[in-house]
Amino acid sequence: MSKIIKNISLLLMLVSISLTAQQTPAPIQTNDITIEGATAHLGNGEVIENSLLMFRNGKITFVGKAEMKIGRIGTIIDAKGKHVYPGFIAANSTAGLIEIDAVRATRDANETGTINPHIRSLIAYNPESKVTESLRPNGVLMAQVTPRGGIISGTSSIVQFDAWNWEDASLKIDDGIHMNWPSSISFGRWWDGEEKGPKANKSYIKTIEKVRTLMNDAKAYATGSKTPKNIPLESLQGLFDGSQTFFAHAGGEKEIIDVIAFCKEMSIDKLVIVHGTNAHKVADVLASNNIPVLLDRAHRLPSSNDEDIHFPYKHAKMLIDKGVTVGISIEGQMERMQTRNLPFYAGTYAAHGLGKEEALKLITSNTAKILGIDDIVGTLEVGKDATLFISEGDALDMRTNILTDAFIQGRKINLETHQTKLWKRYMDKYKNQ
Amino acid sequence: MKKLLLFCLIVISIKQLNAQVYFPASTGVKTSNEKFTAFTNATIHISPTQTIENGTLLIQNGKVVSSGNNISLPKNCITIDLEGKHIYSSFIDMYTNFGIQKPKKPSNPSRKPQYDASRKGYYWNDHIMPDQRGFDEFKFDSKKAKEFIDAGFGTVATHQQNGIMRGTGLVVALNTTDGNEIRIIDTDATQHISLNKSVTSRQAYPTSSMGSMALIRQVYHDAKWYRAGNSKTKDLALEALNSSSRLPIIFEANSLDNDLRADKIANEFGLNYIIKGSGNEYEAINEIKNTNASFIIPIKFQKPYDVSDPYNAARVELQDMLAWNQNPTNLAVLAKNNVNFALTTADLKSIKEFKASLLKAIKYGFDKTKALEALTTIPAKLLGKSSEIGTLNNGSYANFLITSGELFEKKTILYENWVQGNKNVLKDMSIKDIRGEYDLKVGGKTYNFTISGEIEKLKSEIKLDSTKIASNISFSNGWLNLFYTPLNKEKTEFVRLTASTNKGDNIFGGGVLTNGNNTSWSAIKKEKKDKEDKPDDKKDKKKEDKSHLVMPLTFPNVAFGFKEMPKQETTLFKNVTVWTNESEGILKNTDVLVKNGKVSKIGNNISSSGAKVIDGTGKHLTSGIIDEHSHIATTSVNEAGHNSTAEVTLEDVVDPDDVDIYRNLAGGVTTIQILHGSANPIGGRAALIKLKWGSSADELLYKNRPKFIKFALGENVKQSNWGSDNTVRFPQTRMGVEQVYMDYFQRAKEYDNLKKSGKPYRKDIEMEVLAEILNKERFITCHSYIQSEINMLMKVADKFDFNINTFTHILEGYKVADKMKEHGVGGSTFSDWWAYKYEVNDAIPYNGAIMHSQGITVAFNSDDAEMSRRLNQEAAKAVKYGGLSEEEAWKFVTLNPAKLLHIDDKVGSVKVGKDADLVLWSDNPLSIYAKAERTMIEGVTYYDTDTNERMNGEIKKERNELINMMIQEKNKGMKTVAPKKKEKVYFHCDSLENK
Repeated sequence: MSKIIKNISLLLMLVSISLTAQQTPAPIQTNDITIEGATAHLGNGEVIENSLLMFRNGKITFVGKAEMKIGRIGTIIDAKGKHVYPGFIAANSTAGLIEIDAVRATRDANETGTINPHIRSLIAYNPESKVTESLRPNGVLMAQVTPRGGIISGTSSIVQFDAWNWEDASLKIDDGIHMNWPSSISFGRWWDGEEKGPKANKSYIKTIEKVRTLMNDAKAYATGSKTPKNIPLESLQGLFDGSQTFFAHAGGEKEIIDVIAFCKEMSIDKLVIVHGTNAHKVADVLASNNIPVLLDRAHRLPSSNDEDIHFPYKHAKMLIDKGVTVGISIEGQMERMQTRNLPFYAGTYAAHGLGKEEALKLITSNTAKILGIDDIVGTLEVGKDATLFISEGDALDMRTNILTDAFIQGRKINLETHQTKLWKRYMDKYKNQ
Repeated sequence: MKKLLLFCLIVISIKQLNAQVYFPASTGVKTSNEKFTAFTNATIHISPTQTIENGTLLIQNGKVVSSGNNISLPKNCITIDLEGKHIYSSFIDMYTNFGIQKPKKPSNPSRKPQYDASRKGYYWNDHIMPDQRGFDEFKFDSKKAKEFIDAGFGTVATHQQNGIMRGTGLVVALNTTDGNEIRIIDTDATQHISLNKSVTSRQAYPTSSMGSMALIRQVYHDAKWYRAGNSKTKDLALEALNSSSRLPIIFEANSLDNDLRADKIANEFGLNYIIKGSGNEYEAINEIKNTNASFIIPIKFQKPYDVSDPYNAARVELQDMLAWNQNPTNLAVLAKNNVNFALTTADLKSIKEFKASLLKAIKYGFDKTKALEALTTIPAKLLGKSSEIGTLNNGSYANFLITSGELFEKKTILYENWVQGNKNVLKDMSIKDIRGEYDLKVGGKTYNFTISGEIEKLKSEIKLDSTKIASNISFSNGWLNLFYTPLNKEKTEFVRLTASTNKGDNIFGGGVLTNGNNTSWSAIKKEKKDKEDKPDDKKDKKKEDKSHLVMPLTFPNVAFGFKEMPKQETTLFKNVTVWTNESEGILKNTDVLVKNGKVSKIGNNISSSGAKVIDGTGKHLTSGIIDEHSHIATTSVNEAGHNSTAEVTLEDVVDPDDVDIYRNLAGGVTTIQILHGSANPIGGRAALIKLKWGSSADELLYKNRPKFIKFALGENVKQSNWGSDNTVRFPQTRMGVEQVYMDYFQRAKEYDNLKKSGKPYRKDIEMEVLAEILNKERFITCHSYIQSEINMLMKVADKFDFNINTFTHILEGYKVADKMKEHGVGGSTFSDWWAYKYEVNDAIPYNGAIMHSQGITVAFNSDDAEMSRRLNQEAAKAVKYGGLSEEEAWKFVTLNPAKLLHIDDKVGSVKVGKDADLVLWSDNPLSIYAKAERTMIEGVTYYDTDTNERMNGEIKKERNELINMMIQEKNKGMKTVAPKKKEKVYFHCDSLENK
């Protein structure tokens, strides 16, 4: 009998493989879980060797030493020699918005038009993306899903990676509005006969002026009758009442200073600098104004031939030493599939002066703070979502980032992917030949 | 054509003073004028090295008759006394497009690419136009001629600057008086080549400079074949090339890299190119010298950047600032190294900048005699016209300059420029120089009166005590007029003075006072006060000395270049963990001795006297990383103009100055294969280099390298992602891709058979290369994704009895690993890339591990400048994905690529006798925490962390010094240009060249 059941379940598994490529979302946590013996990296800089971690109904109920004489709850996972981490968070990501870069029909990140505050990423978020699925076995369990393009690209939302639909997936809806702050330098359109290379951008002030007018209009709109409705102006209100964060995508020191002044002028309280290529040059200003930076990923090239070749690796430390709160922005070449390397960007920052626990914060507690979700995720602390994973070893190092278990809101998620299935399928083929 | 020429001559000859002897005179009596003109008492510079003091130059009918100290003047002779003045042969610019209009791009071109030639009866490529004649398009441009004449030029060579083979150019005297029958010295004097396509044709091929080089070579082969009478059809382009083969060939290089590329082609075909350079030749002067070629060097110097805004200044790169700083030394360096070169104004925005630029070069050490040679005798000789132009020898054209003193002095005035015996006055010699300081006495008052400015446009300044008084001066035909407003006048009224200046230094004249009364006045010239002048001079000198401080060259001459090339050292690594990649495995606490560039000993307690000892305690020593698939250190990646481009080679376009070489070294990489891109089923040949930073392109190339060619399959070659206009080129499907191979290999086979039969054949570079594959002399590395196409290519190879060596990328290799094993092909893949296009949907990071498990030699490659500098981390992903042992994973980026490249006899492991291409790591090299601390190639340390730190400091310091120099220049009132940063281009497989 049990054999038959086994066979049936195997058959069912095969059927499910052939029907959908994606893993079925795990059901709500009903069984309590205890993880015992692991080295717990809390995400706030603290490490507990031989730890004890328990969670119930999707929330962490206990974090402490395994030596503690306290009743274990539910299923006990022996994690001796392993490491437990809070789930990693990818900020400024387009996960679930684009499936295959080169196939236009799968691209949903970039709406037409330049002023799109009302465009909401969550609507296009595909929770069944094969690419997103492949991030989970590396510990990346959440992302800020961000629209791209234009001047004001739109409104982002934060999701977790085990869901049936975008409503289920959402952790925080419409968390912030993203603006591509113009560059004070423009590049010559050499194909039109202009000289190659950068020069002062004549439209820099104009673009800022356009956004200033927009923001002032939005404020004026709020004080009026609001009829007829103006959808874009309506969608900006969260910036002024503090319910939404203004994510300014800016790199140069001049631009960063200008953004800060602009936000003060507009009474926008929550400002985050995204990219921050030269943020270290104005780190004191950022720190004293309490403005965090979502720094570009460490695996990038120096921005000029003269730059210290290791600068991209050292950048996070330079800012943190000055007291700036830093997270990692995932935007860049092949960013969706590269998101599974998020732990290794942190690892590289760790290797170049930051240290492992401080680097871990870049993709856990710091990012949670920056995105305003630190009340629910980002650290292994009692009361927070049990969104966490167990790794064979140091999760910031690719040799040892090997996940045995992962949980999102206490739900044990399946770590198989389209890719692991193909791996097994072809290994089986050769075994059986 | 000849008829048209004749017609032109007839029309122009109507203006002629000296009608040609066999021409009838229909509008008057027939006249001729056989007068002589003698220039006496002058310092005559017959040539740059031959001078006659106080001599006479005699000319007649536009030519020099004789010169010397004891010339007896004939009777019908006009004499011009040039006492104190100098005569020089006028300048020649042999690289211009004078009188020839730039062709325009066709308006509204189709968006669909054009693959075939538009011209019929000519070569198969529109950009090959050796039949083009500058003379056919030439129209004498009097306005431009005047600009040249004003700068001292008498003769120019000119041609149509369009296309790769550009046809012939003509030599013309800048004679604004006579017609073409006199001034055109030679209708077809030069032939011209460049790497740049014609703007008038949209034919796609070539899209890269390596394609242009291959095309030039093929044209030469075809011309030879055509000359031998082998062609059954007419080709007017090849005929023209063959008929102009005796003419000097001028190659427009316009960059240092292209200088050397031109020379490479010239050597291959036993030709002597005259290379039109860039002005950066000083950066690789030894290589330039070794070309033994003659050059035409532009005299254009970069203006300082406007760096007053620190934000903008940060955008200027050190290499660009160095170029500004060092560029003016180019001519001096070339001259000191005895490179034979002529000067050209070609790259100047305006010919007016010529004098200032030349004086600047002289200030930076360019010898004046060499300068004169580069403007006269050398271009004359290069044009084969030494007996007609370039000197004032008897029989030469009377093309000469009359100057106030030695040429190339700032003060020297160019009075007259005679072209073919016709006078052009630039500054009137008879105008008296009345500039100076005077005591002006008018109406009982004495004023300080200064005359300054240009001789034709004087300025006046009148002061009473120290108060300046408004004044105005004019001076013509020896008469001076001066107005001024005396002080304390309520109304604006003038004192009006006039005087003739022909009597001595002092000026006496008459005038009218403000009250209308006549007066007489005098201006007595003051003695020069030496004491006052001197401090001024000193001040100037001080400033100048600082402003042309030249920064030393580095190798290469960019940021992180070496001041001195590092040398091979005997080095002993002590007590280190050695990843041997050999049967010994990973050895702990081991010593490794490096001697003569090789690994000499591995063991314990090794000692070696004189060796540099490096403590390896806690550190790891490995062989250098090898990247099978790279696109750094090259200026081209794809030749996308054809679907098969075996004729191009990346070895032609290696870029030794790419900072990514250094960045790769810092990531422990020592050898890379620079591959052609993936635009075509049959790509170009690869360049295998060692990252010997600071060496020349030739020195970078791996010694005794195996031959490789890049092939490609899939979306890129069928142009799937190139937009809807690119649907013309074959193939557009994977089905077509197979047929491309079948077609080319079949033809290569037939070609090779014909060649081997000893019968005459048309040498075809592309077929030669493909035949090498058939003859197992060249390996294929093929960009590949989908299992179907991988399988297909192996079957094509089977049919033609050769093996595919490597599948690169090979993302679905895991699906056909058994077939690959059977074929004997290796796989060089990405560790974890996928999802960027449709064909990588099934790409999995376990690919490497699966292929490895089936016994395939597997490597991880980069295809990316960012990834390539941390391939150690990528190797670690083979541990993560698929569970390889660390030792085996490490081989993915060292020994295995060495095997795939057939260089594992020299590199790829730490073994006695192998090249000492070693990396010392701070940690387990697979760990994310590992940093390369020292990277050595053949015993030479090209990277180490200490030197790197020092360089960071030096770059900062040098930048600061240069920015200060630029600010100084700016404050002196020099023109500046907006900051510029070259946008660095990072290449991938599908990169096209921006031309």
